[in-house]
Amino acid sequence: MYVLGIETSCDETAVAIFHSNKGLVHHLLYSQIDMHSEYGGVVPELASRDHIRKLIPLVKQLLQESGLVNADLGGIAYTAGPGLMGALLVGAATARSMAWALQIPAVAVHHMEGHLLAPMLEDKPPQFPFLALLISGGHTLLVHVNGIGQYKLLGESLDDAVGEAFDKTAKMLGLGYPGGPKLSALAELGTEKIRFPRPMTDRPGLDFSFSGLKTFAMNTINASPKTEQDKADIAASFQAAIADTLSIKCRRALRQTGLNRLVVAGGVSANTQIRAALTLMAAGENADIFFPRAQFCTDNGAMIAYAGCQRLIAGQIIEGQAITARPRWPMMELSAID
Amino acid sequence: MKLLAVETATEACSAALFVAGGILERFEIAPQQHTKLILPMIDSLLAEAGLKPADLDALAFGCGPGSFTGVRIATGVIQGIAFGLDIPVVPVSTLAALAQGFFNHNTAELDVVFAAMDARLGEIFWGVYQRDSQGFAQLIGQEVVTPASLVVAPELRGIGVGSAWSVYQDELQLRLDDKLSYFEAQHLPSARTVAKLGVHGFAQGLAVGAELAMPVYLRDKVAKTELERKSV
Repeated sequence: MYVLGIETSCDETAVAIFHSNKGLVHHLLYSQIDMHSEYGGVVPELASRDHIRKLIPLVKQLLQESGLVNADLGGIAYTAGPGLMGALLVGAATARSMAWALQIPAVAVHHMEGHLLAPMLEDKPPQFPFLALLISGGHTLLVHVNGIGQYKLLGESLDDAVGEAFDKTAKMLGLGYPGGPKLSALAELGTEKIRFPRPMTDRPGLDFSFSGLKTFAMNTINASPKTEQDKADIAASFQAAIADTLSIKCRRALRQTGLNRLVVAGGVSANTQIRAALTLMAAGENADIFFPRAQFCTDNGAMIAYAGCQRLIAGQIIEGQAITARPRWPMMELSAID
Repeated sequence: MKLLAVETATEACSAALFVAGGILERFEIAPQQHTKLILPMIDSLLAEAGLKPADLDALAFGCGPGSFTGVRIATGVIQGIAFGLDIPVVPVSTLAALAQGFFNHNTAELDVVFAAMDARLGEIFWGVYQRDSQGFAQLIGQEVVTPASLVVAPELRGIGVGSAWSVYQDELQLRLDDKLSYFEAQHLPSARTVAKLGVHGFAQGLAVGAELAMPVYLRDKVAKTELERKSV
């Protein structure tokens, strides 16, 4: 069965086709980053306007380049949340209605489940059960995963998400939007000269807090002579603190659960220093570690097509004809696939 | 010719089917419920007519102006169906649908409508429509987004129609003075009139492909760039 996946939850219009036996057939992405960078961040109304201009042309191109026609599709998966309401609605309304026109099932996919399952698109996918660290601009979650839809939340950020802390600190350093990747690039030029705190690592538990790091960064920046080298060193010190904190919490979670597989996904999982720190930690714990390829760390259609396909195969057509868009949607509410 | 139409730009959610020379409609005033209602409405229209989606020949949608999100729901739904079935789409102005609704229910001598809907932020969506010889709403001049106190009207006497006539009645009355006969603020655009105008537009060759079925926002500046914020 060919499944079309549509992702429009934030600032990327992304589409893909996944086949239940053949795997990923094709994927395309149009990024709005250049447009939003003029505004210093994502403008939700502009994101929605761009999605509706780009989505159908992208789906058309996807099918043509895949050598497929509408009638080949067995289902359509779309990101129903969490994300920006207006942006979600574009993908949801278009996808759900296209499925209605073709009289094929549609499935509303949880964006973070998509991220969590993205490593399944790789040649060596992880087996269940595993520990998942989901790190993005909106989320920081540690989840015990027993199967698709079988999620137990072990820890989450009590304030800023990791990606948010990156973006805000980048802004303080005078780096443009999107800040995360720019901060990482700057960190390459510096060294960890300042010891940033490792928040919430000195007490038990698996929750995170990153807003204090942001404040620490601001005080450090203000107290420094603000040369380019100072900024690079602050970026490196900040990033090292994040990488270290995530490693400490993941090690603790692996030991606590007895799991020996760690999946790291979400936009921030593309960060090379975080990858390196977590890989080193996993090796020390004799655990296998799994990442999506870099282009599937950030938002993409492939993970949505994959997640939707699994739910369609399991017969989970959970919605009627409602166009589903849920800006806030706890992942733990998802139903399990047996 | 079988044409399906939707209109979701205001608190009214509606779908209509032009079939066998007549129009079937589902219409509900249901703020925030459009995403739940629209496809079931469409489905029940086709069921009533004994049709499958693939039997449709063309589509029409209220392309705005109106609530940005509402207009995009109609656009997304219509693009999805149009692309799925590979059939053409006639974009129909939501203000034209509003005016057409008035013309349909009134005698021919009431032939000019000052269509005006609340656009928030102290502005209204404004368009002047005249009934043509066949009874269709024809735009005079341009549709604009403007403060009510600055609307421009041709030298014609007409009737005020639409939500802006309750929100800004004083400003509009003052501005139009003796051009205004009276106003009826309670009218809402409906898919029935979008279907009627859609069939007409289709005959005039105004249909486009799915990817060209676009919303009309009128308000194009929705945020300031970093440069613009710094220069203030």
